[in-house]
Amino acid sequence: MSRMNGLKRGSAAIVGVAESDIGQVADGFSVIDLMAQGVQRALEDCGLTLKDVDGVFSATSQSRLSVLSLCEYLGIDPPFIGSTIVGGSSFEYHVAHAMNAIEQGLCNVAVIAYGSTQRSIGRKQASVREINPYESPFNPFMPSSAYAMAAARHMHQYGTTREQLAAVAVAAREWAQLNPVAWDRKPLSIQDVLSARMVSYPFTVRDICLVTDGGGAVIVTSAERARSLRKKPAYVLGCGQSTTHSSISSMPDLTVTGAVASGKAAYKMAKLGPADVDAFELYDAFTLNTILFLEDLGVCKKGEGGPFVEGGRIGPKGSVPVNTNGGGLSYCHPGMYGLFLLIEAVRQLRGECGARQVKDCEVAIAHGNGGVLSSQATVILGNEATV
Amino acid sequence: MTAGIKSPLNTYLEHLEKGELAYQFSPKAGKAVFYPRVLCPFTGSDKLEWRVSKGLGTVYSTTVVYPAKGEPYNVALIDCDEGFRLMSRVEDIDPKKVQIGQRVQFRVHRPGGEEPPCPVFVPAEVKP
Repeated sequence: MSRMNGLKRGSAAIVGVAESDIGQVADGFSVIDLMAQGVQRALEDCGLTLKDVDGVFSATSQSRLSVLSLCEYLGIDPPFIGSTIVGGSSFEYHVAHAMNAIEQGLCNVAVIAYGSTQRSIGRKQASVREINPYESPFNPFMPSSAYAMAAARHMHQYGTTREQLAAVAVAAREWAQLNPVAWDRKPLSIQDVLSARMVSYPFTVRDICLVTDGGGAVIVTSAERARSLRKKPAYVLGCGQSTTHSSISSMPDLTVTGAVASGKAAYKMAKLGPADVDAFELYDAFTLNTILFLEDLGVCKKGEGGPFVEGGRIGPKGSVPVNTNGGGLSYCHPGMYGLFLLIEAVRQLRGECGARQVKDCEVAIAHGNGGVLSSQATVILGNEATV
Repeated sequence: MTAGIKSPLNTYLEHLEKGELAYQFSPKAGKAVFYPRVLCPFTGSDKLEWRVSKGLGTVYSTTVVYPAKGEPYNVALIDCDEGFRLMSRVEDIDPKKVQIGQRVQFRVHRPGGEEPPCPVFVPAEVKP
């Protein structure tokens, strides 16, 4: 079954992006405070105001009806709202949904917002534990144990090593050292990763994303309107989504993700391939993710992701820029990281990234992952030259 | 009025109480279905038969969880010979020694109290 999404390449663009306060926010901040902060800053980034906003999308694990709370907080009644929530990739889904709504004339300026205070209030408070009668009796440490079993299987089938997993964390840290707002910028070696506290084999705490607060927003509008705004538009060239399972015991093959299908759909819509992409922002909740998504998005062959990431190839001095902000492993990970992939991809396309700027960046991928490798969503963005 | 119809979960748990690992089979798909449900995920058919597994399987993947307090323990995904996969753990062996590809045998675990029984596995006896 081939994936048709009916969207028109380049019909919409991301025009404003901003983080809210991130890392550890001031005491008493709510997730909606952080969303509103992101919305205000992202609007400021593109020169639009709340009066222009007629579409609102949001997701967070800490507010059941977050889009209602956000609209109430902002004092607006937009004709179009959406709050698809499929984990960390929700925001990549929102981009496709916003683009669709814009194409259909249902809205013209959509904000996509996120907020989390999981560091301040504790991870257990930030997301309700769901009981699965077929998994919970075995006390997997979720989500880490699910990804750990995917890593173990990848190691078994392809000979991937813990050192290769660690190389992903080291590359992310090297990028983070070039990002002034990254949470953890201390030097990190492969040996540091291997000898850190074991959490769920083969993952130590350094194979696993940060636990921070944070939020932000991105603004999506029509390509036509985008051209009149303050910053260079990041056109949406391609989108694709795939949901293969919800619980890890139902994942068909732990070494192959829905990124194969989501990537294929996004490349098809964009009329581009992996060789055309200048920067890859890949949802790195765990070191394994980066390896899986490099394979599944066609950057290297299945099973070759381990050797591919060796020797700093995906770091600041390497040939394939991956997770240029330091990623969920070193920059920021408030639980649903997908929005930050979009923010970094847009900034790279605009050339705003200072020391970590990828040279001549014209095409960037933001690839979101949600659940336990469950929901995969690829967004390909490009600058004016690519439209 | 649907009282009297047993949920897929409760049917499964009743088998476990009897020491059996039950799964469903979809005649239309010709495939095993797990976890138990009301519709076959391959065909959409609601005709699902209950079957009892022979209890033999192979470790598909495995991890060792290191809790903040207490001893490390195993969590594994087991591919049963009838063609379904489930989460479980392998007991009677050092959790670090559980290997992908290892043959394992089902055993019912009864935690007691309010907790329902659950299926665990032990290394399968090697046939001479």
